[in-house]
Amino acid sequence: MQFSEQWLRSWVNPSLTSDELSYLLTMAGLEVEEVVAAAPAFTGVVVAEVKEVVKHENADRLRVTKVDVGNGELVQIVCGAPNVAVGLKVPCALPGAVLPGDFRIKPTKMRGVESGGMLCSGKELGIPDDADGLLVLAADAPVGQSIRDHLCLDDQLFTLKITPNRADCLSIKGIAREVSALTGAVNSPVAIAAVAPQHDQALPVRIDAPKACGRYLGRVVRGVNAAAPTPDWMKRRLERAGIRSISAIVDITNYVLLEQGQPMHAFDLSRIDGGIVVRMAREGEELLCLNEKTVKLAEDNLVIADNSKALAIGGIMGGEESGVTTASTEIFLESAFFAPEAIAGKARVWGFGSDSSFRYERGVDFELQRDAMERATGLVLEICGGEAGPVTEALGELPKRSAVKVRVERVAKVLGINLSCDAIAGIFSRLGLTFRSIDGGFEVDAPSFRFDIEIEEDLIEEVARVHGYDAIPAEAPASRLRMLALPEVVRPREVIRHFLAGRDYQEVVSYAFVEERWERDFAGNADPVRLINPIASQMSVMRSSLIGGLVDVLVGNLNRKQPRVRVFEVARVFHKSAEGKVDAASQPEMVAGLAWGPRFAEQWGQKSERVDFFDVKADVEALLHPARAEYVKATHPAFHPGRCAHILLDGEVVGVIGELHPRWAQEYGLPTPPVLFELSLKAVDARVPVQATPVSKLQPVRRDLALVVDEQVAVAAMLATFTRQAGPLVREVALFDIYRGKGVDEGKKSLAFRVLLQDESRTLTDEDVEPAIKALLDAVAAEHGAQLRL
Amino acid sequence: MTNVDAILQQGLTAVAAVRDLIELEQVKARFLGKSGELTELLKQLGKLPPEERKTAGATINVAKQAFETAHNDKRDALNAAKLEAQLAAEALDVTLPGRGLSTGGLHPVALTLDRIAALFRSMGFQVADGPEIETDFHNFQALNIPENHPARAMADTFYVEGGDVLRTHTSPIQVRYMLDNEPPIKIVAPGRVYRVDSDATHSPMFHQMEGLWVEEGVSFADLKAVVTDFLRRFFERDDLQVRFRPSFFPFTEPSAEIDVLGERGWLEVGGCGMVHPNVLRNVNIDPEKYTGFAFGIGLDRFAMLRYGVNDLRLFFENDLNFLKQFN
Repeated sequence: MQFSEQWLRSWVNPSLTSDELSYLLTMAGLEVEEVVAAAPAFTGVVVAEVKEVVKHENADRLRVTKVDVGNGELVQIVCGAPNVAVGLKVPCALPGAVLPGDFRIKPTKMRGVESGGMLCSGKELGIPDDADGLLVLAADAPVGQSIRDHLCLDDQLFTLKITPNRADCLSIKGIAREVSALTGAVNSPVAIAAVAPQHDQALPVRIDAPKACGRYLGRVVRGVNAAAPTPDWMKRRLERAGIRSISAIVDITNYVLLEQGQPMHAFDLSRIDGGIVVRMAREGEELLCLNEKTVKLAEDNLVIADNSKALAIGGIMGGEESGVTTASTEIFLESAFFAPEAIAGKARVWGFGSDSSFRYERGVDFELQRDAMERATGLVLEICGGEAGPVTEALGELPKRSAVKVRVERVAKVLGINLSCDAIAGIFSRLGLTFRSIDGGFEVDAPSFRFDIEIEEDLIEEVARVHGYDAIPAEAPASRLRMLALPEVVRPREVIRHFLAGRDYQEVVSYAFVEERWERDFAGNADPVRLINPIASQMSVMRSSLIGGLVDVLVGNLNRKQPRVRVFEVARVFHKSAEGKVDAASQPEMVAGLAWGPRFAEQWGQKSERVDFFDVKADVEALLHPARAEYVKATHPAFHPGRCAHILLDGEVVGVIGELHPRWAQEYGLPTPPVLFELSLKAVDARVPVQATPVSKLQPVRRDLALVVDEQVAVAAMLATFTRQAGPLVREVALFDIYRGKGVDEGKKSLAFRVLLQDESRTLTDEDVEPAIKALLDAVAAEHGAQLRL
Repeated sequence: MTNVDAILQQGLTAVAAVRDLIELEQVKARFLGKSGELTELLKQLGKLPPEERKTAGATINVAKQAFETAHNDKRDALNAAKLEAQLAAEALDVTLPGRGLSTGGLHPVALTLDRIAALFRSMGFQVADGPEIETDFHNFQALNIPENHPARAMADTFYVEGGDVLRTHTSPIQVRYMLDNEPPIKIVAPGRVYRVDSDATHSPMFHQMEGLWVEEGVSFADLKAVVTDFLRRFFERDDLQVRFRPSFFPFTEPSAEIDVLGERGWLEVGGCGMVHPNVLRNVNIDPEKYTGFAFGIGLDRFAMLRYGVNDLRLFFENDLNFLKQFN
């Protein structure tokens, strides 16, 4: 809500500076977003009348004028403006004047002709003006008057950010009421006199939607001059409220809206067939609105109709066909109360709202309609002339206001301060609330202009607000202390993130909505969770994998010439559940990483080798440690089919690791494919509680086995065989070398395993060891065709 | 026995002249070996008359000891010199950089979150979490924001197929937590939130953190105290000016905006208030018995203020050159 400070001060004028007033409003919950001067500072400019204009002898474009500035002598001024003419009233900067931009005016000679000042355009004074050339003032502007006084330029434009609960402050009347309550300054509302009917023409009004329309007042005004100019004072107040002047009658309705907070509408009486019916729209009904948009109405839209058609969307916007024009001579004024629920959210469907719907959906004082009607009628008669008829009033269901109780003890409990009954009563009085003392507190009647006083807390908030939030002390709270649970079986998320950072990965944060293509390419997901209203087409679906985001981060950083990229992200992904919905369980958190480029940052003493599958696998193993995952060859849309594995814990797939498919590397413009992993965070953060076992003090016996197998045999399969076959003495079997080449046939590989054997009670002898080893050898020979390499 | 002195002198001279351990051992053999010169003298003792034998023996032994001492000293010196030479040869340029993996780092918003979570844990707040695609109930209705309420326009909402929303704030986490837990409840709930908004100061995805304390006797004064304490600890300024300005949120009452006084005036850093009784009722907590406060802050904004970042979008561009500053 934007308004002129002078306008407000004509109602209530506390002895506060503009800054103090601004602070007061802000600290009372009416946040002042901006205070700007109506015009920049300047001095020495007065109203002048042009008396004489002659051509400058030495310059085609200049004219020599004589102007009256009200000091008894004509002043000669050279002027270049095209619109200068005898009889015009214009602003004149006299010698000594200082214009915006520190532009000082002194007597001068222009091409040999004396010039004793400057005639000014609006632009030169910092006042917005459409006209080309001099700012043309009203014909009755008093010559010699300071232009600042004449145009009321010593004014500030306040912009308030009114919260949705304070619709009562969307008018000068409401803000004045609030300022008066906060400061105690006298509030002098504009006097409104009832206009006596001068004829008895009236339109019948019927309310067919009593829930939506609680009150409808109508009045016929005949013989108006709708083309009459809007008075400057009104235009100025409208403009300083950010509303353009359109025509006198429209301006009057807007003026009443700003002043009283009551939306008004003026119909051209000749366009109304029969009478007014306030009803819900019919399916399929259409209306061309004042903003030149045709809207399809739905059955939950309220319309103002006549006997044959919809004329306006109730509380939202008038119709183009039935609105008043400058040619109208008979008008029908509307002042109505529409229920917030009937208006709220409706206009959003069409992508527009209005000052009127903005107020109605938040709540307009339902006792205000008659005052507003009289105020508007008075202004119409004053500005456009005409004769007013009687006011027709139809009633629907008006809001019920029940008394709200507030307990003094509850005020103390919620606010943490003890306020006396007197103090609370004083606050209610200042707010203009009617209230009664009851046992332990008060019973308060919410006024018709407040839609936010329904429960005890609403009143407690009012008490706190007027008492001042600043006046509530902020003392350290006393509490019963309890320690937080710290389950050892869950690894805190920070630890996981710090761990990856420690292994040279940089954390990134990427958008959860992605390009649909990423879902197809990197997750094989043809049916992702779609946004209904995405902000851009490349952010239209919710990701089911973090891989696309990491690849995108890689692409971005390669464009910035990064030689090596290692990144990770912890975030949720989104799947559809079996029913096609996304529930809490189908939004698991994942941790994913990407490594690209040299294994190590370029440095001395290290060969530069590309990071590969097994480097990243080591990171994953370390991340999962001490859990030992199983890695099972897998196919995955994102990855190279021969370089990809599912990661299993206790037989369950908890993640995937792989080298990006060369096809995607090519399509996404990557010189070489990165290696990525993605794991369920839940799997990573689970820890098995440790139960210590005794450690043998005896030396283990080590036997190394070099086994030749076909290339296709997976090491994990052999280790699985060893594990199954391992007797009580075998403590560990681990791969420590792979050899291909001389001495090993083509298509085969030699795997070297270390076998550690140990007993807790005695040192092992060859007689213990040999059978155990033989059992292992026999098993891998049988299951994998492994031959001992000699 | 003048011979003894002469031999000793020769021996000592020879020891002094050696350059390495091998030569030293050769010299030792020459004088003390099986047929070394001093050994020979000892062998000849038996040929002497018994009355001379004792003094001669003593003289030879003294000479022998003197030689051995000289030999040992020489050996130690040679060893020391050898070690020194080895150490000198092995010396490194210790200023060369270390080898191997470097270290990565955390995202500045995550760093900010970690600090804030640690501050609140120190006051007994637990960290809670929740889904990002939320139901209308959890994101709006339970928080006292009915359909078509003007407050819904305050947060331009992303909708997903089926009518659920991308949570517009972290408040639904408090709804879920209160439904699952009995008071006393003390949580902070950080996370990603979404609004249809994108420019230099808005990102369609950003980070918020919600705080909630519901317990018997919790008041607005406590809210002011906890939030003020937090802001002063976070910015590490005991004299930080904090003000609470009346405002409106459907889920709190009384409600307040939180401002801190910066170099260029008051700066809004969050919103807060006493949990609205309707919200407590919606999650089956008796508002007569329990009161509580909630607050919400923008983690990105806190990271910007803390680290002097002036463009929110930098947090989501993932330029490694930008991110690595925070490592």
